[in-house]
Amino acid sequence: MRVGMTVNGKAHEQEVEPRLLLVHYLRDVLGLTGTNIGCDTTSCGACTVLLDGVSVKSCTVLAVQADGASVTTIEGLAPGPDQLHPVQQAFREHHGLQCGYCTPGMVMAATSLLAEHPHPTEQQVREGLEGNLCRCTGYHNIVKAVLAAAGGEVPKEPVA
Amino acid sequence: MIPATFDYRRADSVADALALLHEYGDEAKLLAGGHSLLPLMKLRLATPQMLVDVGRLGQLSYVRQEGDEVAIGALTRHRDLEVSEVARHSVPVLAHVAGQVGDPQVRHRGTIGGSIAHGDPASDLPAVVLALGGTLVVDGPGGRREIPSTEFFTGFLETAVRPDEMLVEIRVASTAGGWSFQKFNRRAQDWAIVGAVAVAAADGATRVSLVHMGATPLRAAATESALAGGATPAEAAAVAAEGLEPPSDANASREYRRHLAEVLVRRALEDVSLGHG
Repeated sequence: MRVGMTVNGKAHEQEVEPRLLLVHYLRDVLGLTGTNIGCDTTSCGACTVLLDGVSVKSCTVLAVQADGASVTTIEGLAPGPDQLHPVQQAFREHHGLQCGYCTPGMVMAATSLLAEHPHPTEQQVREGLEGNLCRCTGYHNIVKAVLAAAGGEVPKEPVA
Repeated sequence: MIPATFDYRRADSVADALALLHEYGDEAKLLAGGHSLLPLMKLRLATPQMLVDVGRLGQLSYVRQEGDEVAIGALTRHRDLEVSEVARHSVPVLAHVAGQVGDPQVRHRGTIGGSIAHGDPASDLPAVVLALGGTLVVDGPGGRREIPSTEFFTGFLETAVRPDEMLVEIRVASTAGGWSFQKFNRRAQDWAIVGAVAVAAADGATRVSLVHMGATPLRAAATESALAGGATPAEAAAVAAEGLEPPSDANASREYRRHLAEVLVRRALEDVSLGHG
């Protein structure tokens, strides 16, 4: 089946099998390997991308379901090649990553969270990222980074 | 994991979806948000030959006040229900529980109709619709028909929707009294190991339903009749698991689930009796 979608601002059109998952379309067809595959069971959130502006787990969306949609991956978030998106910048400044495997998904989920809650509380950040697992358990600095990206107060020592 | 091969058709209208179901019969499955069906297909526990995608039927995405009832289109996504002003005002328990399903990414895709038509006893929304005494509206070759929620869930992942029918709307009565949703799980985003919903209905009765306590989402019949007979919340909660045979699995034994049901129902009833909600 023929599908067309805009990925990171660029239009693509391909013939795909209906069973092709969006994450495989992004990684294998378009070569955008920034989106990771973690659990492959809608749990870990490593494959999170924005579909028409909201976070989704791309391992649980068929490419044909995204036909006509606008998709943003980690590669498309920064405004330019030498710049970082504010959420990326905050993850860097607050050391919001250890091994980095969950990071693209965390950044995309956080971006969607901040679009819905521009000034979240720490509790809202923790609950808003419940769909993303960090096996390094580096959650404290991830939460700090998201609060910093929102321009809010960053706790010196996380409460929880 | 990659699903087995299937053919895919996108429906442009309910009539179009029904025509495709009629044409392909048992080989077809409806695809809404895909967050129940696609995981099963990836595990190859489901291998439909034909997927009929109804995910773009925007006309079935709505939350409307209609007299004393709220009508919810089957393709309303959990996130849209969670933030719906109508739902938050008229059936706050439904908006609240929609915000507890899975995680934000799941709520951006999953739909209430998909969740209810899937008929999973571990899902939250079917239990809420049961506790609200809701009605499920299905469309099919013979036109629309309404199914009371108490007759809708017929077995494990089985419902009263026939293979050539489609769930199009969920109708629930507005509530003015207390309500409570108690969900116990080990991991933030996970299904409930056990959940309990209690709602003070307009007729003065308190309705109670349970998540993951049997083959289907179900009402806590023994608790409800104890309450009707004047039992206290603690007395009514003590019989919450009476007559039920919850599953044993890696997360919890049957005995543990029965214990949880009693504790969660007691908390829910105490919440309702204090007028919470």
